[in-house]
Amino acid sequence: MSHEQFEVLSNQAVAACAVVYFLALLAHLAQWAVERKVPVTASTGEPAREPAREPARAAVGAVAGSAVREDPPVTTGAAPAAPYDHTGDRADRFGRIGLALTVVAAAIHLVAVVSRGLAADPARVPWGNMYEFTLTGTLVVAAGYLLLYRKFSLSWLAPIVTGFVLVTLMADVLLLYSPVTPLRDALQSPWLVIHVVAAIIATGAFTIGGMASVLYLVKERWLARGHATGHATGLATGRGYLARLPGLEALDRVAYRTQAFAFPVWTFAALIAGPIWAKHAWGTYWSWDPKEVWAFITWVVYAAYLHARATAGWKGRAAAIIALIGLATLWFNFIGINFFFGQGSMHSYA
Amino acid sequence: MSLDRLDHREDQDVPVQRNRQDRPATAPPGLAPRELGRWAWRQLTSMRIALILLFLLALAAVPGSVIPQETVDPNRASQWQGQHPHLTPIYQKLGLFHVFSSAWFSAIYILLMVSLVGCILPRSAVYWRGLRARPPRAPHRLERLPEHRSFVTDEPPEAVLERARRLLRRRRFRVATAPAAGEGSAVESLAAERGKLREAGNLLFHVSVLLVLAGVAIGSLFGFKGGVIVVTGHGFSNSLSQYDDFTSGSLFNPENLAPFSFKVTNFDVTFIRRGREAGQAHKFSAGLDYQSSPTAPRKHATISVNHPLQLDGTDVYLISHGYAPHITVRDGQGHVAYAGPVVFLPENATFRSFGVVKVPDAVSSTGRPEQLGFEGEFYPTYAFTMRSGPFSAFPDAKNPAVSMLAYRGDLGLDSGQPQSVYTLDKQHLTPIRKADGKPLRLDLMLGQSQKLPDGMGTVTFDGVSRFVKLQISSSPADWLALLGMSLALLGLLGSLFIRPRRMWVKVRREGGRTLVEVAGLDRTAGGDLAGEVDGLVGGLSDRPVDGHGSRRSDGPSTAEENS
Repeated sequence: MSHEQFEVLSNQAVAACAVVYFLALLAHLAQWAVERKVPVTASTGEPAREPAREPARAAVGAVAGSAVREDPPVTTGAAPAAPYDHTGDRADRFGRIGLALTVVAAAIHLVAVVSRGLAADPARVPWGNMYEFTLTGTLVVAAGYLLLYRKFSLSWLAPIVTGFVLVTLMADVLLLYSPVTPLRDALQSPWLVIHVVAAIIATGAFTIGGMASVLYLVKERWLARGHATGHATGLATGRGYLARLPGLEALDRVAYRTQAFAFPVWTFAALIAGPIWAKHAWGTYWSWDPKEVWAFITWVVYAAYLHARATAGWKGRAAAIIALIGLATLWFNFIGINFFFGQGSMHSYA
Repeated sequence: MSLDRLDHREDQDVPVQRNRQDRPATAPPGLAPRELGRWAWRQLTSMRIALILLFLLALAAVPGSVIPQETVDPNRASQWQGQHPHLTPIYQKLGLFHVFSSAWFSAIYILLMVSLVGCILPRSAVYWRGLRARPPRAPHRLERLPEHRSFVTDEPPEAVLERARRLLRRRRFRVATAPAAGEGSAVESLAAERGKLREAGNLLFHVSVLLVLAGVAIGSLFGFKGGVIVVTGHGFSNSLSQYDDFTSGSLFNPENLAPFSFKVTNFDVTFIRRGREAGQAHKFSAGLDYQSSPTAPRKHATISVNHPLQLDGTDVYLISHGYAPHITVRDGQGHVAYAGPVVFLPENATFRSFGVVKVPDAVSSTGRPEQLGFEGEFYPTYAFTMRSGPFSAFPDAKNPAVSMLAYRGDLGLDSGQPQSVYTLDKQHLTPIRKADGKPLRLDLMLGQSQKLPDGMGTVTFDGVSRFVKLQISSSPADWLALLGMSLALLGLLGSLFIRPRRMWVKVRREGGRTLVEVAGLDRTAGGDLAGEVDGLVGGLSDRPVDGHGSRRSDGPSTAEENS
């Protein structure tokens, strides 16, 4: 295939995976709509736990694009009241369809990323500009969700992830699209792969963690407003999406685990690989370029997040808020610096 | 400041200053200076203050990205200052044009570092004592622990304990035998512990941050960074006077500049000619003939972006490039008053470039001394349309041309004021006008000459050279900062992912058989404690676990993560 054909393939794959993500989102919305008929019993404060033991091989083959044969974990762990059994089955079916569609979408998404790289002459890693960075970053979010699906029983995150990936991809195509061009001289370095891969992985993981933190705050508020009985223990009864979210402790754990994974990766990307490359390319490890300033700010805020969790009084709610501030600085660095304060930035391409 | 304070609930032997970290006293306890000092120290080293200082640090960095910094981009900073005459003096007082070396920014990170030291010193001592302590004895009631199993076997207690010891050692536990707390000698038990390195990682991380800071400080005190533009075929020798711009740390000594010199032999650039990326520079590189000292042998090197030349701890980087048209000015007497390549600074992607020629020592045809100045554009591929006027169609020198306005008068070179070679001070200059009164514009294609009116001479555009912009810099302790950062990452990984875990095995004779109890406790959530306990039980008994200690399957332990 020629480079131009790869470029067309990439663009078409982006469109196709967006459609499949949309279908996956619809399936998950249908799942949650059906489940509204099933009240959550009070024993499901921690619905994340029980399914964790079930063998759900589905998510593992996600990137390889293999078909999904295995039942995804029961989404809520709720024991539906007997008369509604068939409703629970229907919800499960929608959940399975949604997950399968997400796997397919992520596979097409991967095709889009790879062919984008092959479209350049000479072929290169597809991280030359904001469009490509966002394209890959959303793939990391989708793949990270699928990889962690089993470990954390993430079915509750499904509508959020598919919705987020879909909306971000659309914004990416509409606002950031730029045709394939070869890498600039400054980007032709093995450190591009190291630095940018680490940055993208950290960004994806911080984003997933941020979703859990948002849900934590939402659910906490919902519980505090007395929508559930026994809210002091984090146990919930009710019918809606919020009732089916795992308990606060489980949400907090997912947020912490993903962010604790992302933080060292970010440290490596921003404070080790970045400076080494900057030394090679620009002659200084650290020059307080606007991008560097905000990478530093993000790092400091997430460091504060990890500290906050270790300090009484800053746990839970306060920690979640700090994590979201960190996520905001991370995205601002990517979007805001490029569009508003980027004039002096040597990172004009990313 | 500590990344995560482990829960030392059962560590009676390892006291942790919990009060210090969680509940700093809210008011100073009186005014005795000693007490006040202790109170202040406790406050400063408390986690709360460390958190607040971290946020302040993040907040204080923000203006550094919004307001142009003199150290980062001096041109943009001075431009901004020109546009904001009212704000500039206020900002200058606040140090907002050099945030990262301002007093208030330094104050925040110095306080943070003091807080950090105040936190890690006592913690290191605690850790050092704890390191040699034996694993704590088995609690009285093992069944209260989050993971607990028990089974009955016919084996003698000693054999079970011995096997448990072996199995746990294989799983990298430190094992100690001790009578269980509060029970008679009828009960034998074994305590095991793993994951003490978590706290070591935590301490390493914090010490490494200090190391990074030391590396950065040394680099900025003893380092320097200079820029120089060299036209191909010309040379550079490393001394202060040769630099176009130069900044150095306060302890830098110019005599320590490495005595190297080099000549830029060639510069190669390929521009993409076709396709939508036409006009982009594909690759550019410069060849240097260099000597590391005046007596050293001459060597050749090629430098390009991402591939600097390293000379005695000094790095030479190729930053950018441009054109230097050769301009020859003959005065009214026919003598060459100026000849040579003139650096024109690129203004856009097609390398339309701006430059000036200053001719201080011309003599007019009447014998009068005359100063001439020229200012204008260089177009590497000259093109013209009525709509756009002259422009450069391509960045490569396909059809080079210069277009300059001519001035006469006083160039201001003798005023004693330092002057940029890239601008013309037109205060005492008047435009040279043509016979019709319009300002004279010299439009010269390569090789063309043009006469100046009134017998002032001729201007010739003889040729084009390229110039390279080089950055020459040295920051001595870079390796220290890098080492510190790498160690910090290592420590961080340890402090985040090493899981401290404790296991206990208790055996008791009961009615001629041996009752074995196994229990475990994690201090962080997420580990598969149940799996480990089950594995140990499986290794100790060949029988499946009986109903007495049900196999609990609720996943991760309930121990609070990082509490």
